[in-house]
Amino acid sequence: MKPLLEVKGLMKSFGGVRATDNVHLDLAKGEIHAIIGPNGAGKTTLISQLSGGLQPDAGTVLLNGADITNMPAYKRAKLGITRSFQITSLVMGMSVLDNVALAVQANDGHSYKFLKPARSICHIRDKAMENLAKVGLRKRADDLASALSHGEHRQMEIAIALASEAELMLLDEPMAGLGPKESALLVDFLKELKGQRTILLIEHDMDAVFALADRISVLVYGRIIATSLPDEIRNNDDVRHAYLGEE
Amino acid sequence: MKNMTKTGWITLLGMAALAVLPPYFLLNGHAFYMDLATRLVILGIAAVSLNLLLGYGGLISFGHAAFIGLGAYAVGIPSYHATWGGFDLIASYNGMLHLVLAIGVSALFALITGAISLRTKGVYFLMITMAFGQMAFFLFQALDVYNGDDGLTIDVRSELPFVNLDSPMQLYGLSYVSLAVAMLLVKTIVNSRFGMVLQGAKDNNERMVTLGYNTYFYRLTAYVISGMMCGYAGFLLGNFTTFISPDMMHWTRSGELMFMVILGGSSTALGPILGSSVFILLEEVLSSFTIFWHLPFGLMLIGLVLFVRGGLMRLFKGRGE
Ligand SMILES: Nc1ncnc2c1ncn2[C@@H]1O[C@H](COP(=O)(O)OP(=O)(O)O)[C@@H](O)[C@H]1O
Ligand SMILES: [Mg+2]
Repeated sequence: MKPLLEVKGLMKSFGGVRATDNVHLDLAKGEIHAIIGPNGAGKTTLISQLSGGLQPDAGTVLLNGADITNMPAYKRAKLGITRSFQITSLVMGMSVLDNVALAVQANDGHSYKFLKPARSICHIRDKAMENLAKVGLRKRADDLASALSHGEHRQMEIAIALASEAELMLLDEPMAGLGPKESALLVDFLKELKGQRTILLIEHDMDAVFALADRISVLVYGRIIATSLPDEIRNNDDVRHAYLGEE
Repeated sequence: MKNMTKTGWITLLGMAALAVLPPYFLLNGHAFYMDLATRLVILGIAAVSLNLLLGYGGLISFGHAAFIGLGAYAVGIPSYHATWGGFDLIASYNGMLHLVLAIGVSALFALITGAISLRTKGVYFLMITMAFGQMAFFLFQALDVYNGDDGLTIDVRSELPFVNLDSPMQLYGLSYVSLAVAMLLVKTIVNSRFGMVLQGAKDNNERMVTLGYNTYFYRLTAYVISGMMCGYAGFLLGNFTTFISPDMMHWTRSGELMFMVILGGSSTALGPILGSSVFILLEEVLSSFTIFWHLPFGLMLIGLVLFVRGGLMRLFKGRGE
């Protein structure tokens, strides 16, 4: 089967730093593909180039075979790519429900609609509430986003990614800063999504990665040094040496 | 009405006072106060229009006075030609033509300057909108036909159906209703789906783009709407002062408008009007004491803005609002 996303020869440098160095990657439909690698390896930079936030220096990105390398971020979102942010990125001055409703609204035709109060549009509010409930934030719906804890912000990021109904979710360290209990809940939750969405998962929590991933790629200094099944990655000498910290 | 907020009540109260007091003063022989109120209400419309960008869009436009000038010249120029001949295409006292010109030209100016300005952000946006405003200022300064710097006297006001703008009461009535409509309009827009996108982009543009919103065009739309409203205020101001000059477009005028919004409280319904009221009353009182009023005026305004963070409306806010 043709992959959903294909990345070929992607390059990105910041000054002298090669953050993305000739990356080749493909994601099959419905797969959870994890990317692991030390801090500064270029994981976030890679996601930004896939979501359209950053422009690569060279290489191509194909979605369903169509070249989207130069496509602006808002258009990629319309094609079904969404991302979460490693550093929480929400509309802090709005309510939790408003934040998710904006994600629903983005898929509900254009928003050049000036008359009806946005908060009175039931099908949008209901759907937003549904997604909030899925991540366990129903009770906080009316609170200001800025009033929530770090863990709840991470849950909001997931609710927003879900509400956008994107086929491809790029998740940048969704477990960062979560306690063990919250992490476990999120792992269960992502497991349920397995097969329904295609997920590129960046994560440091190895238990989560090995519990979820169909395949794992290891990124070091901007280069992918291995892409394999989880078990093979666990036993790969290069990987253990470079990343898992074993001699 | 039960779920009205405290600020909601204050807004109603303020608008009620503006509806009753100025006509009362006029009928009792104090035409001066009516004049003051008319200016206040018209500048209030301009401030409300700016608030859509500044308060809800986070777009600090420093060239908004240009729209006031364009709207005023849309009255002055056709009226001038109707009196003195020439430029037959637009020479007319017809108020509807003036209105269409004021709003149409403002929309066009907003579309072109906004399309360019909105490619930048932050302080660059502020500088470039100011530069476009100054371009309009210099353009009209250079137009000798309309007396350039010396300005243009409007001999005949716009002729409108139903209202006679020569009557101070009727001019005020139109301005007041326009202000109320402008406030409702901005409130409706802000609460709409469009408004949610605009406010979301103010807070976190990257997030909105990631969700699939082309925020550039949403902002441009807001810029054009705001420009049209401000041009309409210019139409009223021209008819009110019957004297127009490039000075109306000077960057310091844009600064005053910005000041009114921030002073009263941006992203509130009444804030811009409260701000313009305080601004105009202070200016009036101080200038009656001394000709050196600019310095204390400036100092007082700076003091107010610094000490009442979030604007004067903040003082009225109930708990949890
Ligand atoms: N906007 C930027 N400007 C300059 N250097 C950057 C920028 N973003 C990332 N980098 C550099 O690129 C490298 C990869 O960063 P990043 O993608 O954030 O890594 P990771 O997410 O794997 O921790 C790092 O050396 C980082 O300092
Ligand atoms: Mg990172």
